[in-house]
Amino acid sequence: MKWIEKQRNIIDFTLSSLLRRKTKNIALVFVYTVIVFVLASVVFFSHSIKKEASIILQGSPEIIVQRLSAGMHALIPEEYVSGIAKIRGVTSVTGRLWGYYYEPTARANFTLLSPEEQPGEGNIMAGEGVLRVLHASPGDILSLTSYKGEQVSLRVKGSLPTSSSLVSADLILISEGDFRNIFGFSKGLFTDLALRVRNPRERVTIAKKIKELYPDARPIIRDEILRTYDSVFNWRSGLLLMVMTGAILAFIIFAWDKATGLSAEERREIGILKAVGWETSDILLMKFWEGASMSLSSFLGGVILAYFHVFFTSSALFAPVLKGWSVLYPEFRLTPFIDVGGVMTLFFLTVLPYTVATIIPSWRAAIVDPDSVMR
Amino acid sequence: MSIGRMTHIRKSSVFLSYLLVNLCVLFALFVHAMLNVREAKPALEGKSALVRSLGLTDLCLFSEASYTRHLSLADFSTPFQDCPLSLEHFPSGSVVEPPEHLREMAPGDADR
Amino acid sequence: MIELRGIEKVFNAGKPNEFRAVEGVNLSVEVGMITVIKGPSGSGKTTLLGIIGCMARPTSGRIYLSGRLTQVLPFAVEEASAEVTSLPEKFLTDIRRRGFGFIFQQFNLIKGITVLENVMLPAYPEGEDFHSLSARAEGLLQAFNLSGKVSSRVEWLSGGEAQRVAIARALINNPAVVIADEPTAHLDTKLSGEFMAIMAQLRDKGETVIIASHDPIVYDAPIVDRVVEMRDGRIGAERRTK
Repeated sequence: MKWIEKQRNIIDFTLSSLLRRKTKNIALVFVYTVIVFVLASVVFFSHSIKKEASIILQGSPEIIVQRLSAGMHALIPEEYVSGIAKIRGVTSVTGRLWGYYYEPTARANFTLLSPEEQPGEGNIMAGEGVLRVLHASPGDILSLTSYKGEQVSLRVKGSLPTSSSLVSADLILISEGDFRNIFGFSKGLFTDLALRVRNPRERVTIAKKIKELYPDARPIIRDEILRTYDSVFNWRSGLLLMVMTGAILAFIIFAWDKATGLSAEERREIGILKAVGWETSDILLMKFWEGASMSLSSFLGGVILAYFHVFFTSSALFAPVLKGWSVLYPEFRLTPFIDVGGVMTLFFLTVLPYTVATIIPSWRAAIVDPDSVMR
Repeated sequence: MSIGRMTHIRKSSVFLSYLLVNLCVLFALFVHAMLNVREAKPALEGKSALVRSLGLTDLCLFSEASYTRHLSLADFSTPFQDCPLSLEHFPSGSVVEPPEHLREMAPGDADR
Repeated sequence: MIELRGIEKVFNAGKPNEFRAVEGVNLSVEVGMITVIKGPSGSGKTTLLGIIGCMARPTSGRIYLSGRLTQVLPFAVEEASAEVTSLPEKFLTDIRRRGFGFIFQQFNLIKGITVLENVMLPAYPEGEDFHSLSARAEGLLQAFNLSGKVSSRVEWLSGGEAQRVAIARALINNPAVVIADEPTAHLDTKLSGEFMAIMAQLRDKGETVIIASHDPIVYDAPIVDRVVEMRDGRIGAERRTK
């Protein structure tokens, strides 16, 4: 009880002391909070997306086989299908039909895809982003331009669920016939191949065999697809590096302000406290609370605001950055997968150094003899 | 004479209450997150099912270029042909790195 | 109640600028008296005061505490007096904080915080219940007619008010001994007289008062019970009233 009361006393004095420079310290806490807010938002956002990707992309094809020609992505002929199907361990080989369609009026890129479950000739299923950008709704007729310059009319049979926007926002599901018509793929040519493999451990071996069979083929296994999103929003990517650098520089400035030692006034005050009966440990406690009160307030404020920002407003402040050139940005509410490790790391990178930077320079002043004010 | 000051509110009380409130909010958000994750399971399963039925490989985050739209299928040549710095696709190019399997070359994959 | 035997304080021992501030001091401070240590600047009074008040350790010699001061010792004592010279820093600080109240030459109040907080500061490390502490502090300020200034910043006080706040602060932990170092150095005659009057009141209430001064207003004051002369680090002649 006495210990708690003593801490409260010391906190009382520390706060009185900080309030003497009200403007400066409030500004410091504000800037500090903003920095934590940005960093925490990045942590929350990137972890959420990565986790969601790792879950929902589990259903991706086990192996995708692309064909490269003259360094460019080329179409795959039917012969490859039969060749690969003979490899031991391959359960099925399906030719995939998909491609990009650029719509000039909306300046948006759509992904046209002919799925196994066809929507029927003349019909399409559209993702919510497509409909949004074209101001269309189910039942409307859309007109796409074929490779020959001809208009192809398609009826919007339905829309893909908005909840799946993160994977389907720009999708247009179309029948095989309409697809080949629009893109000029002759029968027997596919965009790439999707393989189902019985034993996951055989994937790498099968991939090797595919390359031996067809040197111009490029197999991609599901593992690689899943791990793609692990490094998205990594600290090494350009923009994030800038944000981190800015944050680190700001912290260095804070710590510098503290580390350049105490002013004569501060040293005198510590001398007075020692003279009236405060021990060295009490002085250090006071300095601890000085650093901790500011950094803890900023940390908690920043993290809480970041949570609301990312999970309640769908990272509204990041949207302009993420949208960039793409006109079509999926409307999605991120599932709040929390990276506790990331938050703890943020805590140790922000609260700890600032608190330490407040205590250490005061060491010399704190151990001064109590009778120093008398001399 | 000092009756008014009997109800003196200590600064430390204000501060510690503020900390406590924040910690409670944080805890509540944590609980909110856990509940939300549980609630989101059916939606996630729906998305997984769609991915499986359509054979999708990527999230639709950056639809401006082929190698940003289908990140996992990207190769090294396409971005290079668009522009070595992929400037026209800022900021996605700055936010997204090449996928890991392109950066880690397995032996014998010279032209992956 | 405080006995000093063979006290010496040497600064920079062994170096070319070795300085013997206090030499061979034997002194007994008696209870309930106002004792003045009289001497010019550089006589070692301030250093001696620090040693008496357990603020500084002597280079050699022994300090014995008895009477009311044994109650503030952080351990039980069987004998009438206890030697405290070689106690660890923490114990010495506790003894000093609870048993002694210091009034400094320059008051040494902390700027930017209120008068009330200044008075309560020496008691903060004790962890006493806040309400009883602040009530006691306000009581002290009331006794010195400073109730109206409780929430004022110390920068706004007049010289006399600051002096009384410094005295109130020295009394917050109910010390057995009040120690003042050149208290009238920055005060005019009137305030100096008021200061001595307050010291007399404290003495009458049972406090032991020790003052170091070279001001005649202090050492010639009729209320002073005992004057000890100090010169070049040594105790000399004594004069007692009564």
